Amino acid sequence: MPPQPQADSIMKFIDEFRDADMARGVLGQIRRQSRRQVRLMEFCGGHTVTIMRHGIRQLLPDTIEMLSGPGCPVCVTANADLDKAIALAANPEIIITSFGDMLKVPGSRSSLQQARADGGDVRIVYSTLDALQVARDNPDRSVVFIGIGFETTAPTIAASIKKAEEEGIGNYHILSLHKLCPPVIKALLDSGEVKLDGLICPGHVSAVIGSRPWEFAAHDYGIACVVTGFEPLDVLLSVDMLVNQIEQGKPTVEIAYRRGVTPDGNLTAQNLMHAVFEPSPAAWRGMGTVPGSGLTLREEYERFDAERVFDIDPGPTVEHKGCICGDILRGVKTPPDCKLFRTACTPERPVGPCMVSSEGSCASYYHYGSI
Amino acid sequence: MEASEDEKILLAHGSGGKLSHDLVEKGFVPSFDNPLLSRLDDSAVFEATGRLAFTTDSYIVTPIFFPGGDIGKLAVCGTVNDLAMSGATPLYLSVSFIIEEGFSFSDLSRIVTSIQQATDEAGAKVVTGDTKVVNRGSADRLFINTAGVGAVADGIDISGSNARPGDRVILSGPVGDHGIAIMSEREGLKFSSPVKSDCAPLNHLVSEMLQVSSDIHCLRDPTRGGLATTLNEFAAQSGVGIVIHEEAVPVRDAVRAACEMLGFDPLYVANEGKLVAVVAPDDAERVVGRMKESRYGADAAIIGEITEDHPGKVVLRTTLGASRIVDMLVGELLPRIC
Amino acid sequence: MCLAIPVQIKSIEGSEAEVEFGGVTQKISVLLTPEARLGDYVLLHTGYAISVINEEQAQETLRLFEEIERLAET
Repeated sequence: MPPQPQADSIMKFIDEFRDADMARGVLGQIRRQSRRQVRLMEFCGGHTVTIMRHGIRQLLPDTIEMLSGPGCPVCVTANADLDKAIALAANPEIIITSFGDMLKVPGSRSSLQQARADGGDVRIVYSTLDALQVARDNPDRSVVFIGIGFETTAPTIAASIKKAEEEGIGNYHILSLHKLCPPVIKALLDSGEVKLDGLICPGHVSAVIGSRPWEFAAHDYGIACVVTGFEPLDVLLSVDMLVNQIEQGKPTVEIAYRRGVTPDGNLTAQNLMHAVFEPSPAAWRGMGTVPGSGLTLREEYERFDAERVFDIDPGPTVEHKGCICGDILRGVKTPPDCKLFRTACTPERPVGPCMVSSEGSCASYYHYGSI
Repeated sequence: MEASEDEKILLAHGSGGKLSHDLVEKGFVPSFDNPLLSRLDDSAVFEATGRLAFTTDSYIVTPIFFPGGDIGKLAVCGTVNDLAMSGATPLYLSVSFIIEEGFSFSDLSRIVTSIQQATDEAGAKVVTGDTKVVNRGSADRLFINTAGVGAVADGIDISGSNARPGDRVILSGPVGDHGIAIMSEREGLKFSSPVKSDCAPLNHLVSEMLQVSSDIHCLRDPTRGGLATTLNEFAAQSGVGIVIHEEAVPVRDAVRAACEMLGFDPLYVANEGKLVAVVAPDDAERVVGRMKESRYGADAAIIGEITEDHPGKVVLRTTLGASRIVDMLVGELLPRIC
Repeated sequence: MCLAIPVQIKSIEGSEAEVEFGGVTQKISVLLTPEARLGDYVLLHTGYAISVINEEQAQETLRLFEEIERLAET
């Protein structure tokens, strides 16, 4: 047995939600309740990781089919957009700052990691706070932060823009590749490609936007919705609640992650996000352009917008033949359906982002696949 | 080694002339203090009988000073441990420095002291070496290469290809300390009690283990790539399956917390003072018992077993009772936001 | 979505806070959670607190799990 942690040194609000006995209890309840065949989608890549890492698919009854959705901001960044970031990296005046997740994702011809090997100044940062510091430390060069992420992350980028404005930092810019979740769920449902009975809604996006934005899915599309967190118990509880809604025939939006999410969400964060950004059309890998699903800097902040300040020539966009990341992101295919999976496309030599992102479906299947 | 606070290494220190000789004679030799080295011949000549083990490694870690050690200690322990994992008693080491011009003497002095202390603890001797100095920008402060020779007693046959179904998998202590100590220096994570690198020479631990069992089939230290990668290597080399139990793998709370923060899985984080052993089932408890009495094996535990199922694959039984594959590390661990 | 972990606020100064998680301490921004107070737990994402954790609700959820476990045994 490993050394037992002291009561005051456990990770509070994490460890308690990994309790194996409680998990067995919830699984038992799911099995007792689940009668009809249902198809549930976990939107969020983080939920896919939890499910795969703990082997939750194996533990659920056969009546429940789980599909992975497009909630991986790295995976849904289109090649054309990534190519812009890579083109900026080739500019010797520019320091690129980026979250680590983006580094190895293949664009049309290259990647940020490759751009760094080719001499570009590409730095991994953990926070926009770090990127701002790089800007302060390098006043004679321009810093571009590659802004990816959903509504969880967008407010933090908005905060950094406000800080830059406040301090008069003139060499800080962002390339906004941010995306919004509810519009893409709507587009997915409108496409009619996937028939869903229930949706596991993203927990930290909802900590910011609240649970109300998901109501359209329940009211207009009849889909059961539960917002949940990222520990195994959170995910199991959401499945239990979804099955319950579906068996009762009463789709609605419920919150399983009550410690983190409220119906209205974080208004300070939302207001800041809206003050700095406005919705715009955005290209989602595999889904084309989805109206109102991206974020663009408002006119009064255009001096911080890398796309408006720099001349970016990303070159022609190339989609890799045989890559079905788009289909996988829409839940229409699973990684084993892809001809390239494990053959031409591996984490060491990824063809598409689903294999290289730590949250991508293909990466999860590859690393945590069942025997 | 005496030097003023500001003295820096110059290109001339590596050129073979007076400054080089001074550096070696006044700097390195007194620290390593042994008859073979003091002769300062072009090579160290020694007698040896029986089988020998020989290994080399280069060390390029950044930062060069970290909680629990430095690049010098790492350079010795890494090579000593490679010898120990073959069941060899470490005898002689070489130490080669590639130093970036402008490196401070006092830092070099600290590192040389670390090397001496680690070598002494292992019971080995540094008998030969080399120093080169390169232009600023041509090396990241300091690179070290060490090579080591050790003696392998008769009858010892330890190899990654010797694992057999039924064998038990033993881990000498909590995983992830070194990688987290390094990452936290780099990422500026502060701890209320800092996570220290577990960097340590393991040859004495191994010799204790060999005293209580002649059925130790495999030994390896899970360095870069972590425990997961080492287990995958065993599975592939031996053509067997391995099952490990999530609950049984020891991880310090602070390491678990740092891994959560950075988005790492402790199974993939580097260690520099741990070993994984594959031991015949009848000897497993006895070996663990002996390890627990040793300085670097206090938290030793059986974490799994070898099976004939799913050959070449490592499977984890999760705390929830499901099973999933544990793959090898691909690429490097990058901190993630998602 | 997105990695966010529950950390406890040990000190606050303006929009900066020092937080602690399993023995790790870090300086973060609480600009997005102006209602956060000393001792509160917040969800930390890329250097910013994005939400204050409702401890009562956390306990409620755990009680729910205990209840489910109990029902299973009857």
